[in-house]
Amino acid sequence: MRVPGIIHATESLVREMDAKVYEQVVNVATLPGIERASYAMPDAHWGYGFPIGGVAAFDADRGGVVSAGGVGFDISCGVRSLHTGLTVGEIDPVKKALAHELSRSVPAGVGSIGRLHLDTAEMDAMLSGGARWAVERGYGTAADLNRIEERGCMAGARPEQVSMHAKRRQQDEMGTLGSGNHYLEVQQVVRLFDPRIASVFKIREGDVVVSIHCGSRGLGHQIGSEFLKRMAVEAPEHGLSLPDRELACAPINSPLGEAYLGAMRAGINCALANRQIITHLVRQAFSHVVPRAELSLLYDVSHNTCKVETHRMDGAVKRLFVHRKGATRAFGPGHPDLPTEFASTGQPVLIGGTMGTASYILVGTSDSEARSFGSSCHGAGRAMSRHQAFKQWRGRQVIDELAARGIIVRSPSSRGVAEEAPGAYKDVTAVVDAADRAGLSRKVAKLEPVICVKG
Amino acid sequence: MSKKAPERQSASGWEHFDHGADIGVRGLGTTKEAAFEQVAVALTATITDPASVRPDLAVEIACEAPTDELLLVDWLNALVYEMATRRMLFGAFTVTFEDSRLVGTAWGEPVDLARHAPAVEVKGATYTALRLARDGDGTWVAECVVDV
Repeated sequence: MRVPGIIHATESLVREMDAKVYEQVVNVATLPGIERASYAMPDAHWGYGFPIGGVAAFDADRGGVVSAGGVGFDISCGVRSLHTGLTVGEIDPVKKALAHELSRSVPAGVGSIGRLHLDTAEMDAMLSGGARWAVERGYGTAADLNRIEERGCMAGARPEQVSMHAKRRQQDEMGTLGSGNHYLEVQQVVRLFDPRIASVFKIREGDVVVSIHCGSRGLGHQIGSEFLKRMAVEAPEHGLSLPDRELACAPINSPLGEAYLGAMRAGINCALANRQIITHLVRQAFSHVVPRAELSLLYDVSHNTCKVETHRMDGAVKRLFVHRKGATRAFGPGHPDLPTEFASTGQPVLIGGTMGTASYILVGTSDSEARSFGSSCHGAGRAMSRHQAFKQWRGRQVIDELAARGIIVRSPSSRGVAEEAPGAYKDVTAVVDAADRAGLSRKVAKLEPVICVKG
Repeated sequence: MSKKAPERQSASGWEHFDHGADIGVRGLGTTKEAAFEQVAVALTATITDPASVRPDLAVEIACEAPTDELLLVDWLNALVYEMATRRMLFGAFTVTFEDSRLVGTAWGEPVDLARHAPAVEVKGATYTALRLARDGDGTWVAECVVDV
């Protein structure tokens, strides 16, 4: 190990963690050019090379690497939350109609296609422009861009490094939610932990918000698969001896490393554009059912990325390539990359739960800079496999039980709902409490689902 | 299509194994080719019941990799790609090897949401728990975790 491994969690979360988490944290700590520590967030679980919930930063000038596994297959998978300007009392009478309209408006599930078809030129423009491209095409407003990491457009994207296969996979998938753990939820704010910060975030108890969880769809997956293979095959040429093939990586300062960074940044833009188009579709759905709704973006965070950031190391400021695999950026007050309105508070950190449990809004802290390169957890993490969940629950049963609690679930797949049953996940509250106690981010508000659209 | 879809083998030719967030797929066969064919059935079974997929259309697939294990991941990823871009599901497969090259055929049909009720999209095959080997009794085992 070149640096220590640090797992931020409570004793009970550590005890629940898969032994593979420790192994993967240790493996990441052996990679060239790693700085300070190999970190795991409180929701860490067995991932691909890196643990899901892993954070590691590399210095290119010290032989540092970039890893396709360290970013993950669903590049820039993330969450955005929108205010609606409505209270839960205002949507109660139209809940069913709203659920129907949302599930009709946002394509979700296997084989679904979006309403856009991108030709070669538009594909490249989207991969360069991200959410900015989407706003220029009429999907959303310029004000949205200020509430997205990188102001909605990841610099340094190189569409020419994205294969034709990846582009072909994406050409009909813009504005689609996907499947698995991706969702679109209408949620109510049920509790405020920090009224001062909540007021800056413009969140009040009883408010209705919408959260969207999805990523870069087929394009990101294809980029991940292709570069993983190239990095695994070329590793010996770079003198890299890897303890796990899935840790496949390349020196940042190498043609392959640079090609991956260019393609991965294009993948980030794809995810940002995708969430922006879905936001537009959600706004349309709300306008049909509740015309007085005004959906403005609270914030958009990405989970699976490698970003160039400056961090303070032993008194000096260094430029590092920070991998966050299933981890959320959690910059604290005064960070120069934050929108002005969050300069005094830190950034919103959006943590998704399951369709039957809570989600949370937290705020980034100054302490997270020294404890995790400005990172926090990203969700609950699974407690049991899909196979086990499918054996334990039936989709209809999950939908009926949630309906009895006032939660409407819409999904084209009954088996998909069973595999995503709330009981298949860890306790998101325990994860969030651990992140709060570790100082990685602070709790601001608790949300509970009202409507959940699943793929 | 000139070739005929192969008869379905018994369910014992494939199985799933647990992985925390995702799914492990395993193919078993008396030959390497059969293990590759069966692991493809296991891939489909993560999405729907393979028996529900009609072998109406054949799609030819070719891939190449420096090792057999990498070729296994390439094979599964080629199927993921064909499923995604053609919006199809496949239920029957044949595989032959020519040195480091795999030539295969996948039989299937367009996704029918009502009949197939697909549970999940597969994002890609991974190198996690990747293994291609012959067990003590000579059975070929082809397996890895797929990201869903």
